Amino acid sequence: MSKLHLYYEIDGSDFHAAGEASSDVKRVLKQLNFDSDTVRRVAICMYEGEINMIIHANGGTVDVWVEECSIELVLRDTGPGIPDIEQAMQEGFSTATQAIRELGFGAGMGLPNIKRHSDQLHIASEVGVGTTLTIRVVPSG
Amino acid sequence: MRLREVKDILDASVFSGEEHLDREVHAACGSDLMSDVLAFVKNQSVLLTGLLNPQVIRTAEMMDMCCVVIVRGKTPDEQIVNLAKDKDIVLMATKYPMYSACGKLYSGGLFQDEGR
Repeated sequence: MSKLHLYYEIDGSDFHAAGEASSDVKRVLKQLNFDSDTVRRVAICMYEGEINMIIHANGGTVDVWVEECSIELVLRDTGPGIPDIEQAMQEGFSTATQAIRELGFGAGMGLPNIKRHSDQLHIASEVGVGTTLTIRVVPSG
Repeated sequence: MRLREVKDILDASVFSGEEHLDREVHAACGSDLMSDVLAFVKNQSVLLTGLLNPQVIRTAEMMDMCCVVIVRGKTPDEQIVNLAKDKDIVLMATKYPMYSACGKLYSGGLFQDEGR
């Protein structure tokens, strides 16, 4: 398989549309016959990232690089940045608003969940500049 | 258990996926927190929730869940129903509250897969 590149722009103003890009990635990976566990892991990571971008950063972009032996997601935003990444990685730590919590998110599970379902997670963040997540999933099949 | 039995046990109305009611399901979970569903659920087929927004369907889609049951007598709007149809997810609504709905399904033999 040659390296496949997918690119998405995430609209930060429409919470209800969140997940459309993740859904598309899931569809493509299924078409490429990746096993269901791998597809689900990638979908969860991307969806959590997408939700985070909308909750915290008014959207952003996602590049997806697909190879037989590796799927890499790069999520970039120009949001407020994460002041303390170690704290943000703790389950339950959240800065989400009550309105977002009432929608079923913002419980401080996003980044820990991405870490749980990926093989590599790198977070580069600068306060006032933005955040870039680089996520790698190695197919299990 | 087939989804048809889920529908009967919960006396539920079906809003999408009527044609998939013969699907066999083996486990379910109940949550109003989609973050928890994404973090802890594994191998469940049915999601019971009191939340009513499109992200409920998206969450089910990401987790390969084939059925969403809205509890507490709420009625899903057109946007949610259309998304469920688009994703081939069976969408039902029951008048029972979460605790009762989960209890009825559990008593009927639909358990939770405890694996994390």
